[in-house]
Amino acid sequence: MLQTNLKHIMTADEHQKFIEENDNVMICCGRMGPMCIPVYGIMEELEDDYTHVTFADMEFDNPEAAVIRNAPECRGFMGLPFTVYYKNGKLVKATSSIQSMDQVTAILNEQFGEPK
Amino acid sequence: MKEDTIYDVIILGAGAAGLAAGIYTSRAKLSTLILNEGTPGGQLVLTHEIANYPGVESTSGYQLGNIMKKQAKSFGCKIKSNLHITAVDLKSETKTVEVNGKDTYAAHTVILAPGGRPRMLNVPGEEEFKGKGISYCATCDGDFFQDKEIIVVGGGNSALEEAVSLTKYASKVTIVHQFDHFQGFEHAIRDARENEKIEFEMESMIQEFIGSENLEAARVKNMRTGEEKIINVEGTFIFIGYVPNTAFFKDVVELNEYGELLTDGRMKTNIPGVYGAGDSIKKPYRQVTTAVADGTIAALSAAEYVNEIKRKQKDLSEA
Repeated sequence: MLQTNLKHIMTADEHQKFIEENDNVMICCGRMGPMCIPVYGIMEELEDDYTHVTFADMEFDNPEAAVIRNAPECRGFMGLPFTVYYKNGKLVKATSSIQSMDQVTAILNEQFGEPK
Repeated sequence: MKEDTIYDVIILGAGAAGLAAGIYTSRAKLSTLILNEGTPGGQLVLTHEIANYPGVESTSGYQLGNIMKKQAKSFGCKIKSNLHITAVDLKSETKTVEVNGKDTYAAHTVILAPGGRPRMLNVPGEEEFKGKGISYCATCDGDFFQDKEIIVVGGGNSALEEAVSLTKYASKVTIVHQFDHFQGFEHAIRDARENEKIEFEMESMIQEFIGSENLEAARVKNMRTGEEKIINVEGTFIFIGYVPNTAFFKDVVELNEYGELLTDGRMKTNIPGVYGAGDSIKKPYRQVTTAVADGTIAALSAAEYVNEIKRKQKDLSEA
């Protein structure tokens, strides 16, 4: 399990349920490494403001994370973390490697709208 | 928006130095605000294992950073992270810091602990292929390059050690280094030179990364001969050191030619009431322990400065 303060998704079934039950979802799939930790930190920071988005993480080396690793939108990705965004259960955006606060908020605003 | 509060101390940076300073100033009942451009913990949280922090047998940098953050908050320190510092006035008696171009915070003293960040090559294609062939972390991304040819850029210990480590996955590693010699330790140089999977392009620099969807090649120039060549690779790992996050303070506070903050033994900069601490100051050793020590000294010096201001204000009001 990742040592973050985010909700942890442990299984593919849990992942499916999570994206079905929440309209706007951001999941960061990574390890406790230097490219991933800053993204978890950004997500923890944004949770209070982006109340219309549900945030979670999933451990990259968990076999169940194949649901993200093997997503067509992540084909060709060669850098952790794989960060995926779902709207109404559909994967609408995916990024590879470290992202900045500006890059993450730009995607959240574009896909899910700015916080009120 | 300008907050009415005048803090006793504003700390710029929430790495080990900034958090240590925050723990000390807030515990000393000085109102303290930490403003941080990145994730709290700085370079500390990116360290996989810390086994030489006195009093702690072994922990991850992430855990140690999280505890420091909790400690600072438990003493009343406010922390705001992932923001942009857009303006500072450090020379006035009351110092101000503007963030995100809109919010302004004021304080009697400021501790500069902005830390450092990995240096980038800043060549065409670097940003485009980040995560699609270009990486800054062998531990994170090495296994994506099983049986592939890759480049490692750099000539220090990190570059040499990671190049050797990456030969577990890659079929061939080419080290591209701008000088004719390495800066790493002798054993790291020897390990790299003795590894049959590693080749060397010395006195050379990458000019451009090339590819369509993913990285496919790098254009490399020999700086001595001027000759250029295309090296076909699917991955490039960049380890060319760290740069202090002080560009913003150029022309504001005294820096040396490397952009490092110049401080004295009490962590004072050239501006009264402004202190420096951590990886961004000029010093020979950059460790978590030295950052914490810097932060502690800066905090105690700042506390003394604030107490002196308050004593003078009290004397004036009683006169």
